[in-house]
Amino acid sequence: MDNVLKIIMQRLALGLLTLLVVSVVIFVAVNMLPGDFAQAILGQGATAESVAAIRRDLGLDQSLFTRYFDWLGGVVQGDFGTSFASANAANFSGTNSGVTTVAQQIAPRFANTMFLAAVTAVIAVPVSITLGILAALYRNSLFDRATNIFTLSSISSPEFFLAYVLILFLAVVNPIFPSLSNIYEGMAFSERLNKSMLPALVLTLVVTAHMMRMTRAAIINLLASPYIEMARLKGISPMRVIVKHALPNALAPIINVVALNLAYLITGVVVVEVVFVYPGIGQLFVDSVKLRDIPVVQACCLIFAAAYILLNLTADIMSILSNPRLRHPK
Amino acid sequence: MTETLLKMRGVQIEGRSDETWNPIINGVDLTLARGEVLGLIGESGAGKSTLGLAAMGYTRDGVRVSGGSVEFDGIDLLAASAAVKRDLLGKRIAYVAQSAAASFNPAHRLIDQHVEGPTQHNVMSRAESEADGIELYRKLRLPNPDEIGFRYPHQVSGGQLQRAMTAMAMSCRPDLIVFDEPTTALDVTTQIEVLSAIRDIVEQFGTAAIYITHDLAVVAQMADRIKVLLRGDEVETADTRTMLNAPQKEYTKSLWAVRSFERPAKPAIATGAVPAISIQNVDAAYGTTPVLHDVSFDMHAGRTVAVVGESGSGKSTTARCITGLLPPKSGQILLDGEPLPLNYKKRSKDQLRQVQMIYQMADTALNPRMSIGKIIGRPVQFYLGLTGAEKRKRVDQLLEQIELDPAEYYNRLPSELSGGQKQRVGIARALAAEPKFIICDEVTSALDQLVAEGILRLLAKLQDELSLSYMFITHDLATVRAIADEVVVMKDGRVVEQGAKHDMFKPPHHPYTDLLLSSVPEMDPDWLSNLLEQRGVDNIGDAAVDKM
Amino acid sequence: MMIWILAALVGMGALAWGFRFAGQQVTGQKPVFRDMPFGVAYGYVLAGFAACCLVWAYYQGHSSDPLVANKFFFLRIGIEGFIIFAIAAWLFRLAGRNVGTAWTKKLFRAMPLTAAFGILIILIYAVLAIFAGALAPYGQEQIIPGVAANITPGGDPALGGNPDFPLGTDQIGRDILSRLIYGAQNTVGIAFATTLLAFFLGGAFGFLAATFGGWLDQILSRMVDVLMAIPSLIFALLLMTIASVWAPRLGVPLTVFMVVIIAVIDSTRVFRLSRAVGQNIVVMDYIEAAKLRGEGLGYLIFREILPNATAPLLAEFGLRFCFVFLTIAALSFLGVGIQPPLADWGTMVRDLSSFVNYAQFAPMAATAPLLAAGAIALLTVAVNFVVDWMLHKSSGLKE
Repeated sequence: MDNVLKIIMQRLALGLLTLLVVSVVIFVAVNMLPGDFAQAILGQGATAESVAAIRRDLGLDQSLFTRYFDWLGGVVQGDFGTSFASANAANFSGTNSGVTTVAQQIAPRFANTMFLAAVTAVIAVPVSITLGILAALYRNSLFDRATNIFTLSSISSPEFFLAYVLILFLAVVNPIFPSLSNIYEGMAFSERLNKSMLPALVLTLVVTAHMMRMTRAAIINLLASPYIEMARLKGISPMRVIVKHALPNALAPIINVVALNLAYLITGVVVVEVVFVYPGIGQLFVDSVKLRDIPVVQACCLIFAAAYILLNLTADIMSILSNPRLRHPK
Repeated sequence: MTETLLKMRGVQIEGRSDETWNPIINGVDLTLARGEVLGLIGESGAGKSTLGLAAMGYTRDGVRVSGGSVEFDGIDLLAASAAVKRDLLGKRIAYVAQSAAASFNPAHRLIDQHVEGPTQHNVMSRAESEADGIELYRKLRLPNPDEIGFRYPHQVSGGQLQRAMTAMAMSCRPDLIVFDEPTTALDVTTQIEVLSAIRDIVEQFGTAAIYITHDLAVVAQMADRIKVLLRGDEVETADTRTMLNAPQKEYTKSLWAVRSFERPAKPAIATGAVPAISIQNVDAAYGTTPVLHDVSFDMHAGRTVAVVGESGSGKSTTARCITGLLPPKSGQILLDGEPLPLNYKKRSKDQLRQVQMIYQMADTALNPRMSIGKIIGRPVQFYLGLTGAEKRKRVDQLLEQIELDPAEYYNRLPSELSGGQKQRVGIARALAAEPKFIICDEVTSALDQLVAEGILRLLAKLQDELSLSYMFITHDLATVRAIADEVVVMKDGRVVEQGAKHDMFKPPHHPYTDLLLSSVPEMDPDWLSNLLEQRGVDNIGDAAVDKM
Repeated sequence: MMIWILAALVGMGALAWGFRFAGQQVTGQKPVFRDMPFGVAYGYVLAGFAACCLVWAYYQGHSSDPLVANKFFFLRIGIEGFIIFAIAAWLFRLAGRNVGTAWTKKLFRAMPLTAAFGILIILIYAVLAIFAGALAPYGQEQIIPGVAANITPGGDPALGGNPDFPLGTDQIGRDILSRLIYGAQNTVGIAFATTLLAFFLGGAFGFLAATFGGWLDQILSRMVDVLMAIPSLIFALLLMTIASVWAPRLGVPLTVFMVVIIAVIDSTRVFRLSRAVGQNIVVMDYIEAAKLRGEGLGYLIFREILPNATAPLLAEFGLRFCFVFLTIAALSFLGVGIQPPLADWGTMVRDLSSFVNYAQFAPMAATAPLLAAGAIALLTVAVNFVVDWMLHKSSGLKE
């Protein structure tokens, strides 16, 4: 077990290091912007004094190095700074009450995105794994070919195409679900579910196709191995061959697929959230990109990257744990 | 007691490739009595495994039985429903696969896989079957029979796994076991252990068996009767002793004759002659793991040095040191008495030219996208600077030397050649550099015996014509007998014994050489029994190696 | 409701059992029916039920009641489109089998219908993209006065259409058909250029890393690891934000920035693949033989490694093209990709998207945004079909 623990600690350390380097990359990229934040906040007509004042306030007169560590120190404590857009608005009205921190802006939206991802995962993971196993079991049958064509098509279609097709059929022609996901705090769970259904379905289509294909490939890959032939030659029923002999060995690739697609759910939702005007972090990100609200963009980027790295790390560790060679060393 | 257990009549099997069905077996008959062991031998592509599986009523994906009948104890296996076949498989007909390491499920412990058959077929309860499994492990002379079953496959060695698989096949006390090359992947010393264990247990339970192999000497120990296959057709079938002593068909005779090829002894090396390559006190390591310890030997022009040893003994590492791919930690390598730079990158073009190499797997040794002419032509152009018509002429000449027709083969791709032809091209590429010294790394071990013999004869002929010096790496002592002038025996990265071949095959030996020599199966059906009587069950195989 | 669904499922179960039993009796215990598991029989019944539903819905689309017909309009179009495409692909394959060299004939003979469909679509797009200027009736930026927002396709004046604009015009009076055709040139062309650049970067570094190994491989691989830890669309959006500030200052079109940014991000994936493919080839004995011969790096890469890497790289090119194409479409859809006045499918979808809501009353009007989105989907589906076939073929060859 010590061996496994050591490998896992190594992976964790590596993940943390990657995250640190990523934060540097994001910070440096953002600081490649010409001019500086103060100018951006106040606009063209600002006086030199007010620019200087803001610069002092935001610590922009410090060196890049100091600013990075200030920012990182804040991030570690959950402080992502102040949103430009709200600072600007507050500046304009002359009061300080409207200023919201980036964290305040992101928190509810992050929860919304997680909700959407969770709904999708609950539908997609069992469906895709079942379909994947069925397709592997009846490979080269009519069913397998039909699902192959269907999943290939839904993987290769852009999300907004799938979104509009679903809106067309399930919201406009047959008004079953609302086409706009105006979710707010304190909404009843069932209503929230109803309003998130269409975006969740679009994501399900994309993610299921991917997961199903990879589950199928992983199992078929295993079905060619000699120990599966051995199991068949022991007179074991086809279902037991799959469940008892193929699945335990396919766990690592399947866990990987699921984690990868969950990572996609959290990060790739941008387009879907925009189509359905879903108040998630993706929508916020796109809006901030258009407004050039740098602190928000920076924070969203870091959160997305962190989620992505975390999920990949989880997949890595789970597949280590599922490998008998590592669990039971010689 | 000649009750028929298995009856196959006119079995035809086809395999699918390129959207068409091609015949693999063209109408073979096979009859097996209860308790009888039938040896099925043939070269690769003869259809042995396919026929063995068909005897179980099983075909792999992309293979189908297109005609004939398979009757097991009165049950028509080809017409039987899937459920009926499932009930037979594992319970009354069992299978032992070639690679035990790949055929055990890595996710489950050995004993769990052992009891699966009996419990699924409702032959025994789990506890009974577990106890029975441990008993079988003991009978098969596995070390720690009480515990070994509770290990995972990757924790157990290859020879032990092969015996555990035999135990698994025995778990329901089947009437028939199909052994599909069970010892091919093992070293000779391990092979003998597995062979004797299998033979004993089959005898003890009176199980009928089909024993598939390409090794005649092995089949001679195991089988009561032998059936020879050639490209999907039966050549002949006879009782083992009759078959060995008086084969009827030309093909069988030629198979038997392979082992008789032996070059005449050469005169002793003149004292003071400078060796073509001399290895002196070489130590080498992969990273920090030492693999070679103080290795020294000489190789002379016009002579062959065979380097023998089991896997992991350091034979191939020695070759890598000579070529400079793995620079030794200490020691030196002399070419014609002049020291060679240890790293190949530091050697001159002429030094590189003098040392050539022929590889074990001709498939990976030839670039699949280059024509034969280009493959052989490149060193001609690179080292000798020949171009255009001169180059073409030289390549044609080389193709003739390796007995391939230049007009036909110049423009072919490697994938359009047979295994033996590819190996010949590998030889031609080495010759094209006009070297002094060639390393032959297990060049015949991937080939069938007849083809391998052709390659050995060709190499011998070329040596006589061009006065080449060969370093011949092999684990097969029959090959050593055929081609070597001197022999170097290696074990654990050290040279254990070296000398002229004719001294080596005569006692007294170093105990390891002795074990190696005595473990090579001979064509005598009584060889295994005699050996066991002589040495005792505990003085063979890994147990004996461990004692050293 | 739930009870009805449950009852239907149980009923189908009974039907499945009956189906299998009947099959066994009629065929006299043929292995197909005798060894058929219940689940498979159930699957057949389910498929039959689904087929019946589709046929029913298709005929509803022809209903004389306009409300019902409108409701099933899109399903009808979908089914008709599917059949037309299938026939076209079949005819195309038939033609391919009888015309051309022996090599192409052989290729077409073993080709599945999906791959034939893919090749046909790719050819059509290529023609549209290359000859867009000659084929489009109007210019892509041309605003035709007085016809703004007549989005009724079909050109039937009785329905409010204009025969001069078969697909209608957009909000500011540009011909949608012309913009769709120009979109092929702009969107596909830019995606193709980006993919080429990504391949050049990723491929070159990947093979260098595989051949050299050591510290160069370490540095490049770690850099790629970091870049790949940031989700690509997010990273692209971040960099595009910065580029959108720089572009006007430097006087370089934003589209150029976009091409470079996406190419760099995407080249990390190409790097991984070409490095892996390269490493598989580098361990081959023929490479060792060439090294021991004293061959230089150029000979090794161009003569020994590259010719053996073409098949996987070609398939990867198709996949990467799809990915790049979808990323550009997504960026344009979000408003930070290809900039107006260039006609581009992603932008068109966003601009026309509100028309989807008219589908209930005027189904034709709702097709406008779907046409642009469908054009993107069709091409990526086509490329993926071809790649799938290529991968299948090369994996089959190995066995």
